[in-house]
Amino acid sequence: MIELEHICKTFRVAKRNAGMGEAVRALFRREYTIVHALRDISFRIGDGEMVGYIGPNGAGKSSTIKIMSGILNPDSGICRIDGRIPWKERREHVRHIGVVFGQRSQLWWDVPVVDSFELIRDIYEVDEVRYRQNLEELVTLLNLGEIIRTPVRQLSLGQRMRCEIAASLLHNPTVLFLDEPTIGLDAVSKIAVRDFIRRLNREKKVTVILTTHDMQDIEALTERILLIGKGEILLDGSLDELKNRNSPVRRLHVSYAGGYFVLPEGVSLLSDEHGRAAFAVDTRICGVSRAIEGLSRYAEITDLTVESITAEELVVSLYEEFAI
Amino acid sequence: MKSLRKYKSLFRIRFNAGIQYRAAALAGIATQYAWGFLNIMLYVTLYRDHAASFPMTLQAVVSYMWLRQAFLTLFETWSMEGDLLDAIVNGNVAYELARPADLFSMWYIRCLSARVSKVLLRAGPVLFIAIILPAPYGLTLPANPVVFFGFLGTLVLGSLVTCASLMLIYILTMYTMQPQGIRIAFNSLSELLTGSLIPLPFFPEPLSRILELTPFAAMSNVPFRIYSGDLAGAAAWQAVGLQVFWLLALLALGRILLAHALRRTVIQGG
Repeated sequence: MIELEHICKTFRVAKRNAGMGEAVRALFRREYTIVHALRDISFRIGDGEMVGYIGPNGAGKSSTIKIMSGILNPDSGICRIDGRIPWKERREHVRHIGVVFGQRSQLWWDVPVVDSFELIRDIYEVDEVRYRQNLEELVTLLNLGEIIRTPVRQLSLGQRMRCEIAASLLHNPTVLFLDEPTIGLDAVSKIAVRDFIRRLNREKKVTVILTTHDMQDIEALTERILLIGKGEILLDGSLDELKNRNSPVRRLHVSYAGGYFVLPEGVSLLSDEHGRAAFAVDTRICGVSRAIEGLSRYAEITDLTVESITAEELVVSLYEEFAI
Repeated sequence: MKSLRKYKSLFRIRFNAGIQYRAAALAGIATQYAWGFLNIMLYVTLYRDHAASFPMTLQAVVSYMWLRQAFLTLFETWSMEGDLLDAIVNGNVAYELARPADLFSMWYIRCLSARVSKVLLRAGPVLFIAIILPAPYGLTLPANPVVFFGFLGTLVLGSLVTCASLMLIYILTMYTMQPQGIRIAFNSLSELLTGSLIPLPFFPEPLSRILELTPFAAMSNVPFRIYSGDLAGAAAWQAVGLQVFWLLALLALGRILLAHALRRTVIQGG
């Protein structure tokens, strides 16, 4: 169980205007501005949940993750994870969590991956039997067999990231924080990483909190979304809820061989060229199945796809709505 | 002890990473021969005319020079853990904070391990050549086993003090976010005050006695002079006492500073 109540965090950032004169002046007198990274963040995440934590750059995602993983002290507020306060009981707390910072590395650059794994085993005091089990499982699931004996400096980004994720799971954490785990990965690696995270959550009931800018990650992985902007939680709900809330309109793409369309009420034609037509269906007036039925009555439809607003579009519309 | 195993394991991985730089070690050894010879030829020339007016015997100075070359990587203050400094500046240190281990001990072990791995590759070849060289250019063996063990013990203490003082630089980097300034200041100071430019007894009288008291003198100065018998008896014991004192004081200071740094820390980036 993760509970955050009224967490606030401010940073002091040195600022000056451009130019030589300003630079010299800053030698004697620094001006600081206070940046409110987090203002009054509260949420609860139950055991075994998988939550996507989204928001634009600088919204406070990483700061929240750092607070939850015991690295950063908040200015005020309460944070309890399985009853522990991360920054007060740091060593006991971190024993039970796993963290992957997508933009950083925890593996030793010059030595084979397995050496880093063994170091992590000893740091977390994982006993040999459990370590062997975990390693074997991770090697199979993340397909690490070929690369585990290679020095990290010779791995590709995708290979390295799979190893980073494995490294964060060797000690059987009950909570896993993933801070942009798929950043910079190619399609194959992304899918491998997503599949693995999904399995981890389903089979081992690991609580997963994921920050990402990749909306496919969100779509593929999370049921619940927390939207943060300017240091505040703006929305908390499931992806479908958010989609419906923001757009009840579905899009129908139709390829047809002949005939004509009679538009049912609530359906409007968006485009129609070269035997391909697109319609907007307002589900408040006309359900998707009724729309399809109506459209196919006088036309010979060869192919059809229904599209709801994509997660990508959803986020853009949310960012616009909240002006963040 | 289970909790000690993590630190042993950390020592091992840094050690393994360190000993694979064979080319760097070879180049280092070559440089150290060259420097050793240059220094020794200089002192031999100086001693030819005024041997009596110097505070150390020629034999002691020559031994000092060879030991300095052989154990350079154990005591040099300019080489630090680049990975660690980078991690502090770019924020990778976040991972180290997310470990159930003592941060200070982890860094200290890493610093020590890097040095031991380097010195094991380099000391042997330098010492070997130094020992087979003819007098007055060669390294003479210690007078008796007691002196030799005194040398070994203070060598260990001296490297512990060196790492403890470097810890302060790592920790101060958490405040300044830019290690260069402190490192340059610290290195110029330590070059002079550890006796790596010229041995401490060569400094003028009241000054040299004051310098003996600083933490810098508790590093390489003690073992290198005990080896040749230049430092013996009560003076040697006093030096060992200072080594222990400075080691404990620097470790305590480092821990206090780190605790403070962590309270106000901001992990950079992303």
